[in-house]
Amino acid sequence: MTVNVNEQDIRHVAKLAKLEISDDEIKKFTVQMDNIIDMVEQLDTLDTKDVPEMYHGAFIENVMREDKAVPGTDREALFENVKESKDGLIRVPAIIDNGEGDA
Amino acid sequence: MSLLEHTLEELHTMLVNKETTAEEIMTAVFARISETEDKIGAFITITEEEALLKAREMDEAGIDPDDLLSGLPIGIKDNIITEGTLTTAASRILEDFVPIYDATVSKKIKEAGMISVGKLNMDEFAMGGSTETSYFKLTRNPWNLEKVPGGSSGGSAAAVASGQVPVALGTDTGGSIRQPAAFNGIVGMKPTYGRVSRFGLIAFGSSLDQIGPFSRTVKDNALVLNAISGADPADSMSAQQEVPDFTAGIEKGVKGMKIGVPKEYMSEGLQPGVKEAVLKAVETYRSLGAIVEEVSLPHSQYGIAAYYIIASSEASSNLQRFDGIRYGYRAEGAESLDELYIKTRSEGFGDEVKRRIMLGTFSLSSGYYDAHFKKAAKVRTLIRQDFEKVFDSYDLILGPTATTTAFDIGGKVKDPVAMYLADILTVPVNLAGVPAISIPCGFSEGMPVGLQLIGKHFDEQTIYRAAYAFEQATDFHKERPNL
Repeated sequence: MTVNVNEQDIRHVAKLAKLEISDDEIKKFTVQMDNIIDMVEQLDTLDTKDVPEMYHGAFIENVMREDKAVPGTDREALFENVKESKDGLIRVPAIIDNGEGDA
Repeated sequence: MSLLEHTLEELHTMLVNKETTAEEIMTAVFARISETEDKIGAFITITEEEALLKAREMDEAGIDPDDLLSGLPIGIKDNIITEGTLTTAASRILEDFVPIYDATVSKKIKEAGMISVGKLNMDEFAMGGSTETSYFKLTRNPWNLEKVPGGSSGGSAAAVASGQVPVALGTDTGGSIRQPAAFNGIVGMKPTYGRVSRFGLIAFGSSLDQIGPFSRTVKDNALVLNAISGADPADSMSAQQEVPDFTAGIEKGVKGMKIGVPKEYMSEGLQPGVKEAVLKAVETYRSLGAIVEEVSLPHSQYGIAAYYIIASSEASSNLQRFDGIRYGYRAEGAESLDELYIKTRSEGFGDEVKRRIMLGTFSLSSGYYDAHFKKAAKVRTLIRQDFEKVFDSYDLILGPTATTTAFDIGGKVKDPVAMYLADILTVPVNLAGVPAISIPCGFSEGMPVGLQLIGKHFDEQTIYRAAYAFEQATDFHKERPNL
């Protein structure tokens, strides 16, 4: 299947990926993405009807370990990279807009 | 002769015989860095104070004659986390990220006694083939400062090639160790998928990513791989295989070894000087007693398309974690959580990372999943089967690492598809999960050419043996850029 992506498609994909593409840049990204998608679609020319999928390059074995508790990463240390925290919790803007803001 | 012209083994002997000290070696490293770094730009972070302190400590404790790597310097690519040292993956989104623990490889090189001298520049999140997508700086090729060092491990390769460090760690998802090794005239190994733990490697394409060493000589490379390999409970994809001594039998030679040269790798698109150097390498192997014959990897041409779908899909998932909440860059002025995510990611990621996230998101989205992601996974099987068929009758596969030598800075960065197509000879290896090395095999128009040797799964030993035989028979690894 050959797809031509337009600006609306790019805005949609960006939204799914939690990205924002500015109006200035949307043209450039659309052309580039269209070229990239054209390039990857050369796979269409290959018949793969009976070929199994391969999702990794490893020989996986099920590795078991003793069911024993081990110390995890230190909680205080984990907070060293947190930008804003309060009472041992990470502070973020309001998740649900209930009119109270982030009190 | 500068201290940095010595191999790791020579430096070790000098340390044991008290002809030098770890501090003296480290001082020479930083002298060389300060002499060349303005031109090269290999490092994002230099940890001079810590490294010199550590070197002094090791001198005081005494160098253990049985610990070959102890007291010796190494550089680390900046997508491998290092406790207490800034780790950015060359992205604004991690511009102030100081990890609170070590990657398994960072821990292992410390256990081996090696001392990190700093963190090396790269394409942002390892996405690129020129190191030009780094948020922080440009790295230049020591052989010609107007050329790229390759990528994504361009900082690691340029640091080793310019004599700033004897060895460095890089990562290879689609060629990011081998291609910069080729562009800089040095040795770079991408081990078998699973050979080296990825714990603490900032993930790009999890089914493809591997950490591996850069060095000036083949044996130095094997010594570093010895130190970083092995199963790790923290990486469930790390292989349970025994790790051999990769230097054992390295001098056995290639007499009777069967080497296949894929006709697809020697086709029209090669720069003439690259083709010539590789054909000469074939003759060298024949003269050393190897049996070199033409073989076919018929699905090679589909490697790029399958790779960019798979790697980008995995990246789009892996990079969801960068949201401005727990670490890294956080955008100002967001009024809702959703806006915080979107602003943080849009300001924090560069264009190439955005393109890959969008390609991956597109390939995984409803309506395109079967035609893109699933199709690529099937093509991946065909590519792996191509390798398996050849390896039924051959010990190694030989070809160029890249179709050209290092290109001009700014030459490809504006055309993403041209940049992607340049990976055609390296990505099939990652898709199949097999190991491969790039070693210097000549020059084309003054720039180094890389020879790629691809081996069977977990057979890095045969690769090293063949690479070492070539190195002993040639002088390309002794050439140095004029800086």
